[in-house]
Amino acid sequence: MDSSSVFANIVRAPEDSILGVTVAYNKDSSPDKLNLGVGAYRTEEGKPLVLKVVRRAEQMLVNDNSRVKEYLPIVGLADFNKLSAKLIFGADSPAIQENRVTTVQCLSGTGSLRVGAEFLARHYHQLTIYIPNPTWGNHTKIFGLAGLSVKAYRYYDPATRGLDFQGLLEDLGAAPSGSIVLLHACAHNPTGVDPTIEQWEQIRQLMRSKGLLPFFDSAYQGFASGNLDADAGSVRMFVADGGECLAAQSYAKNMGLYGERVGALSIVCKTADVASRVESQLKLVIRPMYSNPPIHGASIVATILKDRDMYNEWTVELKAMADRIISMRQQLFDALSARGTPGDWSHIIKQIGMFTFTGLNSKQVAFMTKEYHIYMTSDGRISMAGLSSRTVPHLTEAIHAAVTRVG
Amino acid sequence: MWKCFSTTSRCFSTSTSNKALKWWDHVAPAPKDPITSVTEAFLADTSPTKINLGVGAYRDDEGKPVVLQCVREAEAKIAGCDFLESVSSAVSSKLVEESVKLVYGKDSDIIKEGRFAGVQALSGTGACRLFAEFQRRFYPESQIYMTDPTWSNHHNIWRDAIVPERTFHYYHRDSKGLDFSALLDDVKNAPDGSFFLLHPCAHNPTGVDPTEEQWREISYLFKVKNHFPFFDMAYQGFASGDLDRDARSIHIFVEDGNVIGCAQSFAKNMGLYGHRVGCLNVLCNDAEQAVAIKSQLQLIARAMYSSPPVHGILLVSGILCDPNMKALWVKEVKAMANRIQSLRTTLQKSLEHLSSPLNWEHITNQVGMFCFSGLTPEQVDRLLREFHIYMTLDGRMSMAGVTTGNVSYLANAIHEVTKFG
Repeated sequence: MDSSSVFANIVRAPEDSILGVTVAYNKDSSPDKLNLGVGAYRTEEGKPLVLKVVRRAEQMLVNDNSRVKEYLPIVGLADFNKLSAKLIFGADSPAIQENRVTTVQCLSGTGSLRVGAEFLARHYHQLTIYIPNPTWGNHTKIFGLAGLSVKAYRYYDPATRGLDFQGLLEDLGAAPSGSIVLLHACAHNPTGVDPTIEQWEQIRQLMRSKGLLPFFDSAYQGFASGNLDADAGSVRMFVADGGECLAAQSYAKNMGLYGERVGALSIVCKTADVASRVESQLKLVIRPMYSNPPIHGASIVATILKDRDMYNEWTVELKAMADRIISMRQQLFDALSARGTPGDWSHIIKQIGMFTFTGLNSKQVAFMTKEYHIYMTSDGRISMAGLSSRTVPHLTEAIHAAVTRVG
Repeated sequence: MWKCFSTTSRCFSTSTSNKALKWWDHVAPAPKDPITSVTEAFLADTSPTKINLGVGAYRDDEGKPVVLQCVREAEAKIAGCDFLESVSSAVSSKLVEESVKLVYGKDSDIIKEGRFAGVQALSGTGACRLFAEFQRRFYPESQIYMTDPTWSNHHNIWRDAIVPERTFHYYHRDSKGLDFSALLDDVKNAPDGSFFLLHPCAHNPTGVDPTEEQWREISYLFKVKNHFPFFDMAYQGFASGDLDRDARSIHIFVEDGNVIGCAQSFAKNMGLYGHRVGCLNVLCNDAEQAVAIKSQLQLIARAMYSSPPVHGILLVSGILCDPNMKALWVKEVKAMANRIQSLRTTLQKSLEHLSSPLNWEHITNQVGMFCFSGLTPEQVDRLLREFHIYMTLDGRMSMAGVTTGNVSYLANAIHEVTKFG
């Protein structure tokens, strides 16, 4: 080479901590290895799952020779957007009926959060977002790079392995008026700890009284309880009071469309006119980022959501996934109890959704990886979806050993 | 209507007591995108003679969008396969390598030695944006020099990445060709080590490309000035019909020892518009540095959308990694380019036949998807209102929208609005 790269002094970026777990897992040659890292659903056989209804929808699209591959509009597939809004806000939502909601198709949850954050950074007057402590690792980066200042509010109580509700109320109560607040709609990631309905109502009242702007991240609708409507309860509660909010939706998990990057950002506004102006500004965020969203995944989702039979089929398959996870929780809890592992493990069955925040510390996690080939994030979060009846005993042993031998 | 949630039957109303804050009242309606708004308007038009010469999307001779045969076959192969959570890194690397081969040539040392950092991106826009963000992160004081004119979204992309832009001379309005000496002057006068955005072939919007000789001079100057050339290759195959030939400018730069970056899009040449498939690569000193740069690019992507959609990646992979499919693709690209080329000739001849007072040679001199017609905004507006012919206000016509069925109508319309000079 004649000349040197102008980027010669660039250092290698750190591995993403969550995806890095799978990288390490893949390198391990042990037959007992277990990947409880990334939040992707696995069957009892430890395999990824393609929903039958998704296969059917895809086949329909492939068989339709009249379909073309033209650019979608900047805001994405119109059907998909309308149906997504109905899914999260409820088909009878007054906000939808009054045309006060703008919904744009984005690249899964990440893309929806980023587009929403960029919009806020440009047009909103209070550029601080409060995120729960802890939260999904990518949240800080997404909001930070969009130009928002990121602060934390208390959320998880390690002592109870539950919600630090007092701390939450205090911290949100102390936030400057108008601040943005990130809320996990259900199945909090990484802790699995969700507020009760009563607690949500208190949060809502506090937030509205202080003019705090809710930004919901809904990545697990249908996965928490197995019921799509119940899992959207927190979001609908806020929308029902007539106030404004943002909601990012992902179809990665609940439709198993991880790699196709399907999601939606909705902004609920006071009036239809505002919603329309907001949408036009969202387009200005999207166009210089990637011009328009990908067609394939959204087409599959729209096909399913608009057909009553396919929708019902989906809810059945979704419930089966949620039920399997719930049963894994029970099995692990029972196994630890039977083993007599020291400590209170009831949080395993109290926590909700794909993840359990075990309470194991990073030394214990490292020990479990080294001695038992069990992979999880160093914060002790395990993906229940990665467990099966067959592997519960191995995990139980590992936890027992970690708790009794490592401080 | 309002749900009661608590057992103490406390219902809440649409009360305005909670400071019904009007968050967004100050938000003004955004200006419409100058390119996509043309298509929107076209779709709303009910006239049977309407023609869309707006967006750069290929059409067949019936004016219909095309799904390439190689794409159909690739799609049939992957239908029914497992949905992937992500593409395996082996598949991903292979695809990036095949994409990058299109840029540097399949036998290039760059590929053999792994001297490039390559990542999939969300088509050309996404690849440009990734690079712009990367440029800002590691050269925060830098600017980007863009051709005058350039694709309208280029301005948006670098602006949103917070990289200030400058323009350099490119299009010569009188000759409707390249303003070569002014271009060289601008390149010379730019501070050493400036970042430039170049179109390697089929310039958008002008269709004006430097000759090979001119590229050599530009490349030499870049080397002397130590400038960084970033190529946006959205139309490889559409300029000459030959994919390799269309990358010639990039080969020249690399032969001269320039260290470059390149955004590729498969939207047009594979007809994969809506799937958002592209590639970004940056040349490096060695494979180790390539790993570092790639990791930084992935970091930027992770906070924006994580990874591009798998479906499009599988389609491109299915085509590029299979010699038969790739050969079919190469033929289909040539056919698309040929059709456009032949309609250019027909349109020019038709205008000459109508005894137009103007010189229309630029229609066949310019290459790729677009003709920079030289029509004024007023003339463009007349074409829209009187003839239902749609193009962007700068007079850029997407030749892909011209067919044997509408070329006479088009020629007549253009003649009508220009016959008085």
